Amino acid sequence: MGIRERLSGNEAAATAMKQINPDVVAAFPITPSTEIPQYFSTFVDNGVVDTEFIAVEGEHSAMSACIGAEAAGARAMTATSANGLSFMWEMIYIASSLRLPIVMSLVNRAVSGPLNIHCDHSDAMGVRDSGWIMLFSETNQEAYDNLLMAHRIAENKNVMLPLMVCQDGFITSHAIENIILEKDDEVKKFVGTYNPEHYLLNPDEPIAVGPLDLQGFLFEHKAQQNEAMKAAKQVILDVAADFEKWTGRKYGLFEKYKLDDAEIAIVCMNSTAGTTKFVVDQLREKGIKAGLLKIRVFRPFPTEEIAQALSHLKAVAVLDKADSLNAAGGALYEDVASAMYQSGAQVPLVNYVYGIGGRDTRADEIESVYNDLLDIKYAGKVDDPYRYLGLRREGDK
Amino acid sequence: MPYNLKEIVANKPSRFTSGHRMCAGCGAPPVVRMVMRALKPEDHAVVANATGCMEVASFIYPYTAWTDSYIHTAFEAAASTLSGVEAAYNVLKNKGKFANQKGETKFIAFGGDGGTYDIGLQSLSGAMERGHDMVYVCYDNGAYMNTGIQRSSATPMFADTTTSPAGTVIQGKQQPRKDLAKIMVGHHIPYVAQSIATTNFKDLYEKAEKAIYTKGPAFLNVMAPCPRGWGYPTDMLMEINKLAIDTCYWPLYEVENGKYTITYKPAKKLPVEEFLKPQKRFKHLFKPGNEWMIKEIQDLVDSRWQELLDLEEMTNK
Repeated sequence: MGIRERLSGNEAAATAMKQINPDVVAAFPITPSTEIPQYFSTFVDNGVVDTEFIAVEGEHSAMSACIGAEAAGARAMTATSANGLSFMWEMIYIASSLRLPIVMSLVNRAVSGPLNIHCDHSDAMGVRDSGWIMLFSETNQEAYDNLLMAHRIAENKNVMLPLMVCQDGFITSHAIENIILEKDDEVKKFVGTYNPEHYLLNPDEPIAVGPLDLQGFLFEHKAQQNEAMKAAKQVILDVAADFEKWTGRKYGLFEKYKLDDAEIAIVCMNSTAGTTKFVVDQLREKGIKAGLLKIRVFRPFPTEEIAQALSHLKAVAVLDKADSLNAAGGALYEDVASAMYQSGAQVPLVNYVYGIGGRDTRADEIESVYNDLLDIKYAGKVDDPYRYLGLRREGDK
Repeated sequence: MPYNLKEIVANKPSRFTSGHRMCAGCGAPPVVRMVMRALKPEDHAVVANATGCMEVASFIYPYTAWTDSYIHTAFEAAASTLSGVEAAYNVLKNKGKFANQKGETKFIAFGGDGGTYDIGLQSLSGAMERGHDMVYVCYDNGAYMNTGIQRSSATPMFADTTTSPAGTVIQGKQQPRKDLAKIMVGHHIPYVAQSIATTNFKDLYEKAEKAIYTKGPAFLNVMAPCPRGWGYPTDMLMEINKLAIDTCYWPLYEVENGKYTITYKPAKKLPVEEFLKPQKRFKHLFKPGNEWMIKEIQDLVDSRWQELLDLEEMTNK
């Protein structure tokens, strides 16, 4: 039986880290993830964990130190947001190319500029092609659960990739909600120990890590990274199955909410899914067949599964909490659109960029998207697929 | 036991193997070999390397010249990467992972002046301040040689580089070089030293040994000439090194817990011209009318040497 608690998303992430008890945590404060290293260093200084906490002088060094620690044979974790992740960017790619299963708690926030401390997904979208597994979390509970599953996925010998668990800055990171925690010893048993095959600190088998990798080899090494990413999909499902046996909480690649008999649906990630579920329920009462597909696993992107889950719909809206500024569409929209095209599914798709810089997205706005979807359903086509939701325009109050 | 080069070379095989692709006449490989020889034979090392000549010439997939464990991540990240390795060692050691290990594991970073004085200064400063038990060795060749001889903050004044060319209006780098060893002394770490490869390697070996076996962070700044960037014949490396110390252009000293010791005082301090003359990067200094440039360099060398003498006196009172 789990333990009932009330925690913010940051507290939930820090609690998961405490129970995982990693060997090394290297982190630098940045709003809204600052509390995670704060709480964690309290655990360290009070002797609750065995971890070496490296209070680095910046996020670039946070990721570098995590790479060093993980290559040395230790379990390393970090937490960051927005510009912190941008500052790490160089090392993010190096971490995945060295096949180091580092785990990060990413509390999503708008990347500068101009400076803004509130939630959108521009930080995560900036590293979507970096070779990290990316899990998104609607609630504090999901942020906690995803972290408990993270090492089992990342450290699987067919995967060996770093993993980030995303949650929405302030919206879930600072909101206190009910949560069910698992017992320390059970977490320890579930997560297991990390026993890498090759590591720097093994004096009996010195290794060299991070070569100059030229035309003769880099291509193959990159392809191997992608093979690992493909393999991660099944591992994620296997770990989720074990997790469900243990906790009773079920996870997949995505969550279908009233989707199977729906005619119109929204695809979105993180906390917006909560608002969307509320709207779906209201619309269902009115007899409108609305549904939701909430992405949990964004990398690896579950192309076939998503296309299959959406193929029966009459109209679908993809919500992007980050603008790609490419004059074409948001990142999630483009991934969903290409998945649909590849599968041959002929479903009209529309994209809404919303919530930029922490702009609140209300239930009535989500409802307006479903109303638009009803129009699209009747029209059977979309003329202007790249839209904004909640953008203030000239003349608006 | 008194220092004996022959015995050291005989008893301690090089941990940095031949077959690497550094240039003939490069000052860096002898530095690396000697620093690594300062390790006790039973000890294992994890080497972190900043991106630069040393890295791209010693670990080209699938070959490596390193017999100890080695990690390279990025240009500016040798110190921060190694700080993670060292932290991992501490926690795993506490958990009993190395209970059966014969010797100890030591942590040594190598970076050029680009990766150390400039782009890596923040990560170096952070690692030193946090007190990791590691040695950071800068092999200082006074420019970004790997990318083709661009100026760095370690480039001496008036040197001709590809981003501070000796032009018709502006003749070479206009600024004096940054004193990184002093910045490291300002971190109040247990051991800071400046060294060079001399013909018997005594100075470098003894300082490396001290740096490696002093608990806490240590910094070694070692001048390592570059035949391509400096423009000297490849067989002249050791002569250039000798001129650098005999002119007091590159003073040899160490700072132990704040106390300065100059480890080499030339019997006869040579004019800096002697060091400048064999190097093509200073060729323009010897054109008629440019005598003032040599004088400015001489004044700079003299004032920095005097400052060092004063610091030695002051901290040994």
